[in-house]
Amino acid sequence: MPMKKVLKGNEAAAWAAKLAKPKVIAAFPITPSTLVPEKISEFVANGELDAEFIKVESEHSAISACVGAAAAGVRTFTATASQGLALMHEILFIAAGMRLPIVMAIGNRALSAPINIWNDWQDTISERDTGWIQFYAENNQEALDLILIAFKVAEDERVLLPAMTGFDAFILTHTVEPVEIPDQELVDEFLGEYKPKHAYLDPKRPITQGTLAFPAHYMEARYKVWEAMENAREVIKEVFEEFERKFGRRYQMVEEYRTDDAEIIMITMGSLAGTLKDFVDRKREEGVKVGAAKITVYRPFPIEEIRALAKKAKVLAILEKDVSFGSGGAVFADVARSLINEKEKPMILDFIIGLGGRDVTFKQLDEALSIAKKVIKEGVEKDIYWIGLREEIL
Amino acid sequence: MVSSQEVRKVEVPENVKKRLSIPFEENFFAGHTACQGCGASLGLRYVLKAYGKKTILAIPACCSTIIAGPWPYSAINANLFHTAFETTGAVISGIEAALKARGYRVKGEDGIMVVGWAGDGGTADIGLQALSGFLERGHDAVYIMYDNEAYMNTGIQRSSSTPYGAWTTNTPGGKRHFVEKTHKKKVIDIVIAHKIPYAATASIAFPEDFIRKLKKAQKMPGPSFIQLFAPCPTGWRAPTDKSIEIARLAVQTAYFPLFEYENGRYRINMPSTKKEPKPIEEFLKLQGRFKYMTKDDIQKLQEWVLKEWEELKKKAEVFG
Repeated sequence: MPMKKVLKGNEAAAWAAKLAKPKVIAAFPITPSTLVPEKISEFVANGELDAEFIKVESEHSAISACVGAAAAGVRTFTATASQGLALMHEILFIAAGMRLPIVMAIGNRALSAPINIWNDWQDTISERDTGWIQFYAENNQEALDLILIAFKVAEDERVLLPAMTGFDAFILTHTVEPVEIPDQELVDEFLGEYKPKHAYLDPKRPITQGTLAFPAHYMEARYKVWEAMENAREVIKEVFEEFERKFGRRYQMVEEYRTDDAEIIMITMGSLAGTLKDFVDRKREEGVKVGAAKITVYRPFPIEEIRALAKKAKVLAILEKDVSFGSGGAVFADVARSLINEKEKPMILDFIIGLGGRDVTFKQLDEALSIAKKVIKEGVEKDIYWIGLREEIL
Repeated sequence: MVSSQEVRKVEVPENVKKRLSIPFEENFFAGHTACQGCGASLGLRYVLKAYGKKTILAIPACCSTIIAGPWPYSAINANLFHTAFETTGAVISGIEAALKARGYRVKGEDGIMVVGWAGDGGTADIGLQALSGFLERGHDAVYIMYDNEAYMNTGIQRSSSTPYGAWTTNTPGGKRHFVEKTHKKKVIDIVIAHKIPYAATASIAFPEDFIRKLKKAQKMPGPSFIQLFAPCPTGWRAPTDKSIEIARLAVQTAYFPLFEYENGRYRINMPSTKKEPKPIEEFLKLQGRFKYMTKDDIQKLQEWVLKEWEELKKKAEVFG
C-alpha cells in the first residue's frame, strides 16, 4: 500500500530519487535545494538506498560527475538551484548532446544580482535551450511524481535526453504537505532497470563519446537532439497515461481549469497555478468568465495544447516569474510562437510577476485580469506588464 | 622509417615480449593528428601501452581532443570520453563511481584503469578545482597532466605552468620586454598537499621510468597523479626532432627533476640523482621561446631552478 507522509518539497524529491534507485548521485549544497542531497545521503547512510554518493566541490563538478557516471552506464541524479544551475550551464549542453538521461531536481530560485534566495523561475528558464526536458510542479506530490516521470521519459530510447523537474523555492521546497509515496514494487515496474545501449563505457567494447565533430557532422548531431525532443512529446503523454494507470494521478502537458466558455485564460506554471485556480474560483463566483491553465511541461513546449487552448478565449494572459531582458517573458514568447501562424488567434498579454520571492496576491492577479478585460474592448496597446512593482522605491 | 602499423605486424616471441620494459602492445595508432615531434602524443601512447585497452580515458578540451581524431575516427583503442576543459577531475570521479556501482574492480593490477589525461592549462589553471576535489575525495583513478607549459591548442598562450622568461603569444616580448614574468607553478606540490598515496613527475625522454610510474600508480589505491614533461616543438619554437633531447635536458639541468612522492616519502629518481645539474642555458638554447631572455633573466631562472632543486633534495633527505 502506498503510504502518506507529511513532507517538504525537498523531501518529496529525495523520496522520488530513492524510489528511482539511482546508482550515482553527485551534489553540492545550495539554498533552497540542500535538503534534497542531505536527505538522500541519509538514505544512503542507513542502507535504504544502494548508491555511490559523490560529495563534489561545486555544482559544475556535480553535473560533470553525473555526466561521467551516466556515460559509464548508470542511472544518475542530482539537485540544485539558481546560481548552482547557472554554474552547470556549460555541462547541461554536454549532457543533452551526449544523450545522457540524467535527472535533476531544481528548487526554482532567483538569480543574483542582487542576491536573492527566494522563488522565481529564472534559473530553469535560462536553461531552456540546453536540450533538457523541463517539468514544473504545482505542489509537493507533483514534485515527487514528476521526478519519477522524468526518469521514465529521459531513459526512453526514443528520447534519451536529460530532464529537470522544478518546484518553487520555499513555497514548495520548505513547505510541508501530505504526499503519497508510491509502492517500491510499482515504481520498479514503472521505471525498470536502466540498461543503456548507447552510452556505456564498457571495458570490453571501447567507444569514444563526445568527440570532435566538424561542420560536416555537427549539425546532424544537433538535429538528433531536436528530433529526440520532438519525440518526447508523445513519450511524455504515454508516460503520463501509464503513470495514471499505475498510481492514479493524472498529468497533462497543459492542465486546464474552468476554461470552457472563458473569455480570458490566465496561463502559468509551478505553484502559482494553485493560487491562480483559487483566484479563478473567486472570480467565477463574481461572474467573470475567466479560466486558468497550467503548463506542466515547458520543454518540449506544448505547442498543440496551447493552440487548442487559444481557440477557447479572447485573451491569453500569461503570468510568469522570469524575464528575458529586451524581449519579454519566456513563456509569453513560446505561447506567441505557438500561435503565430494560426488564422484566428486571441490577444496575448504577458505579466512579469513574483520575481525573487515576492508573494503573488489576489490584488496583483486582479490587476492583471483588469488589464486583460480592458484589451477585449480596447485592443492591445502594450503587451508586457510588470505587476506588483513598488513604485515608491523605483 | 617503420610505421607503427608495420611494427605491430612484426612477430615477437611471447617470452621476449614479457621481458620488454615498455609493453609491446599498441593502443594508440598511426593516423592521429598530432604535430610532428609532439611530446603529448608520445606520452599518451605510453599510457595506453602501460594500461592497455581496458582503460577509460577522460580527455578535456585540449590538444589531445584533436590528436585522438574527429568523428567518426579514433586513433585510440580504448574507451575515450571527451569532456569540458575544467572537468577532468570531476568526470573521472563520476566514471569511477559508476564502474564501482556496476561491480567492476577499479584500479589495481587487474582492475579497470580510469585515467584523466589533461594538459597543464586544464590541470593547473581551469581544472585545478575539479582536480583538488578528485584528489581529496580519494577516487581510485590516475590523473596525468601532460605539461607542455602553455595553452598550445588555442595557439600558445601562457599558463601558470609556463616558465619565467618564455615567449608565448600573450607574452610576446616586444619593446617593453613583455615575456613571462612569473616562475612555473609547482602543481605537484599542490597535489602532494592533498596527501594522496602516490604522485610523481615523469618525462617522455625517460619512457621506462614513466612506464614504471604508471604501473606503480596502477597498484596504489586511491588517486594517483603524474606530471609528465611533454615538449611541444610548435609552441616552444624548437626543431621537431629535438623533443626528446629537450626533455632530457630539462631533467639533466634539474629544471624538471624526476621524483616520486609515495605515502609521505620523497624519492628522487635516476638520472636526476646522478650528477650535478647542467647549466640551464643548455635547456634554453634549443628553444626559440627563450630568445628574448636577457642575461639577467637567465641568471634569475638559473637561481630559481637550483633553489627548487635544493629544496627537493632536502625533502628527499628528510622525508626519504
